Amino acid sequence: MAKKLPATQVVIVGLGWAGSILAHELADEGLNVIAFERGPWRDTAVDFNIASAPDELRYSRRQELMLRNAQNTCTVRNTPSETALPMRTWGSFHPGNGTGGAGNHWAGITFRFQPQEFRLHSYLTERYGKELSKDLTLQDWGTDWSEMEPHYAAFEKLAGISGKAGNLKGTIVEGGNPFEGPRSIEYPNPPTAQTYAPMLFAEAAKNMGYKPFPVPSALLSQAYTNPLGVKMGPCTFCGFCTNYGCANYSKASPIISVIPALVRKRNFTAKTDCEVLRVVLDSTGKKATGIIFADSSGDEWEQPADLVIVTAFTFENVRLMLLSGVGKPYDPATNTGTTGRNYAYQTANSVRMFFDDKNFNPFIGGGAIGMGIDELNNDNFDHSGLGFVGGGSTRVTPIGAPPIDSRPVPPGTPAWGSKWKAATVKNYLSFMSIGCEASSYSMRTNYLSLDPTYRDPRGRPLLRITFDFPENDRRMSAYVTGKVMDIAKTMGAREFYPSSQTGHWNTKPYQSSHVVGGFIMGADPSTSSVNKHLQVWDVPNLFVVGASAFPQNPGYNPTGTVGALAYKAADAIRNHYLKRPGEMISV
Amino acid sequence: MKTSTVVMFTAICAACSAAYGREGSDSWDLVERGRYLAVLGDCTACHTATDGKPFAGGVVIDTPFGKLVGANITPDTETGLGRWNFENFQDVMSRGHGIGGKRLYGAMPYTAYTKVSRQDNQAMWAYLQTLEPVKNEVETNQLPFPFNQRLSLIGWNWLNFSEGEFKSNSEKSAAWNRGAYLVQGLGHCGTCHSPKGLTGGNKADQFLQGANLQGWVAPNITSDPHRGIGAWSEDDLVQYLKTGANRFDIASGPMGEAVEHSTQHWREEDLRAVSTYLKDMGQAYPPPPEPVAADSAAMRNGKAIYADRCSGCHTPSGEGIAGLFPKLAGAPLINSDDPSPIVRAVLGGSRAISTQAAPTGPSMPAFAWNLSDQNVADVATYVRNSWTNAAPAVSANDVQNLREDLGPHP
Repeated sequence: MAKKLPATQVVIVGLGWAGSILAHELADEGLNVIAFERGPWRDTAVDFNIASAPDELRYSRRQELMLRNAQNTCTVRNTPSETALPMRTWGSFHPGNGTGGAGNHWAGITFRFQPQEFRLHSYLTERYGKELSKDLTLQDWGTDWSEMEPHYAAFEKLAGISGKAGNLKGTIVEGGNPFEGPRSIEYPNPPTAQTYAPMLFAEAAKNMGYKPFPVPSALLSQAYTNPLGVKMGPCTFCGFCTNYGCANYSKASPIISVIPALVRKRNFTAKTDCEVLRVVLDSTGKKATGIIFADSSGDEWEQPADLVIVTAFTFENVRLMLLSGVGKPYDPATNTGTTGRNYAYQTANSVRMFFDDKNFNPFIGGGAIGMGIDELNNDNFDHSGLGFVGGGSTRVTPIGAPPIDSRPVPPGTPAWGSKWKAATVKNYLSFMSIGCEASSYSMRTNYLSLDPTYRDPRGRPLLRITFDFPENDRRMSAYVTGKVMDIAKTMGAREFYPSSQTGHWNTKPYQSSHVVGGFIMGADPSTSSVNKHLQVWDVPNLFVVGASAFPQNPGYNPTGTVGALAYKAADAIRNHYLKRPGEMISV
Repeated sequence: MKTSTVVMFTAICAACSAAYGREGSDSWDLVERGRYLAVLGDCTACHTATDGKPFAGGVVIDTPFGKLVGANITPDTETGLGRWNFENFQDVMSRGHGIGGKRLYGAMPYTAYTKVSRQDNQAMWAYLQTLEPVKNEVETNQLPFPFNQRLSLIGWNWLNFSEGEFKSNSEKSAAWNRGAYLVQGLGHCGTCHSPKGLTGGNKADQFLQGANLQGWVAPNITSDPHRGIGAWSEDDLVQYLKTGANRFDIASGPMGEAVEHSTQHWREEDLRAVSTYLKDMGQAYPPPPEPVAADSAAMRNGKAIYADRCSGCHTPSGEGIAGLFPKLAGAPLINSDDPSPIVRAVLGGSRAISTQAAPTGPSMPAFAWNLSDQNVADVATYVRNSWTNAAPAVSANDVQNLREDLGPHP
């Protein structure tokens, strides 16, 4: 029996980007906020010291910043007819842990989704009609660009995003991404300098008529003070970025951009190493009364609250809702129920290139420093007669080439010994790749549920992922990779190796941590879990915020939209919910 | 708190017969003025322990002669100042005499506080009376023999102390005079920033020219363009004291605490006054030394280490990043004759303070674990003699000594 603690006004579950932003906004509103984080407290000065942060063994191989599989993991299968097995080490994706969450080890690529994404099902139906595959379960978000735009701008200011606008208030701007939605303001910081490989790619793409632009980056180009007074320094291109915490205060993260200001607020408390076990509902099931959590000693406590905001990673957001009995679990057989619905991923493609006469100095780089094109993304090209919808963001962003993992050798090279060493020496400096981070469109049999067999150390069922690449996405993958190959061929490489998603989803190789959906936004309570304010249908004092709200995933990285949704939910709570607490927001 | 204040006043009025107690000492104006003056004086630095009750004492002050501990100055009758009257307090502030004529050690900076006006002392006393009385026995004198003999303080005072309230200089502006009053008096800047003589008293002729204490160096804060803060504008000074950071530097260590507890809460006009006064301290300064030759072995080795280990944050030209990574070019702490500030920072690292205006609190890592004495010495020599910096070379021996002082985990 959990011991009951004194009530507070707001409980936040998870201190990543969404949780930190909401905690800050609501503490700023004057509310008493307690945030729970299942992992440890992380602090740049202490945990990401420049003398010890660039440690590939510790952070990349041993994955210190990731959730420990023994604490919590998920089970996986490709189809509903299979029996899922647990992931005992991370492969395909990297869920984070501790304050900052996945916002510590992210790459920093910060796109906005496009205006048509927020009404994707309507938009594609209007454009392609019956051509649109019946297998896809695409949905509209229940919101629109005009409602999203201010919150994107707020997140970009918070994180100090460095980039170049391509569409300022409807005017296309040379040098930026012409496919982006109209922006109210330019990026807060100019783009970073570029290394050689992205410049070579941009030149080749430009010669073929594409419009290359600097990838919007949370790795800052210059010193910056954000609206909370927090300072950031310019990125040093140290090459220890994705999978690492930033020691230079250059990569925006919750612990760099928000928490230093948040912890100064006396009405904010963080409880770390405290895992939330479930959200407590009253007897009507229409009101959350608080949460149950376990501390590091395993003792269980009840924390009552007026308002509960769940901001964990996609997986845990959905799992907590399933464990708490919030919403009806999704059933793929009948296509009914909402909790677990429309789980989607990202379709990763690439072309690897080996040159003879280039020196890319690949150890210089960062997760989001590079050049991209958007002609091959989403619906930026006409899909009539192609047999698929969607596409990908194509770019060259050399993240650094650390000594253990970066052994770029052509296929056929022995995996060890003197030939392998010789091939490493020959290719290390002269290798580059073009990536194409493509859309992942939801379908009926891709969903999240509780596993019937495997449990966590506290006896709670693990989350089960049922996922495979839809035929639509495989066709899209083959098509865009072919287009990327066309660019690659003009760049003068000795050898090329394209890689697209032609087979089943394999959990072993790392692909992307962009797991989305399962507790999605929408205008219809029968097909969505939260309304456009991220407020749970029929449980007005419960908000669930994160990429779990995406009904499908476009060909962009999700963090910019997670940040925007956090600001959107905060705005709705501050300006609407608190005026009529306990009611569904009706505007 | 409100209730206890009322109860306390009743108790105090009944217990003591000080005329002052009946003259509106509980008026909001006076108490609030006293509270602010106590902030200016940074009384909490020595009188409020970490996680302790406000002003209940217990902060250990390391001196070259041994440990002294900040007293409990709450109105508790047994362990605090509950039996004192205002004149007892005035005696402490102006003369360093405690109750019954007991002489205080100079760690209580009465050598500076003697400048404070009687009026201001009255306000602070009124404020102290409103504090929650805390029962907390503090043994203030933990010095070894013979320093624990307070009789020795008669001689110390004769050597190091000149009593008397601040006298304004009619040739200077009101702001200058306010600044001088604050710097010399409640701000007690000289307590850290003035060189100390053999007995631990300030060297009057070297006011604010920097000093080494508690293993930290308080830099020269005169207008000396090389060793001091001559390059800082008044705005730079105000920004530093208000936020802990400006385009040159960022506060850590004891100064960080001073900003955190005290100067960030000062009124803008008081910080301006301090800046006006400090910027006007026109004196003849010794010329900078000749920089160490760039082609020496130490400089060449130091340059390579700097490029590898330091330049990522402090930038290749030593310019740093405003508010985040201190500027090394032209910095007083770098150019001080005493190399211990940079050696200490390289060995032990440093963490800047976090303030309301600048919440980040960035850190510098420790390199004691992976740089040898010679490498630390060479990189320090390089930084101290690059980008217009000029200061004596640092030897491996200097580093070794400080490494030993700082202990195994500096």
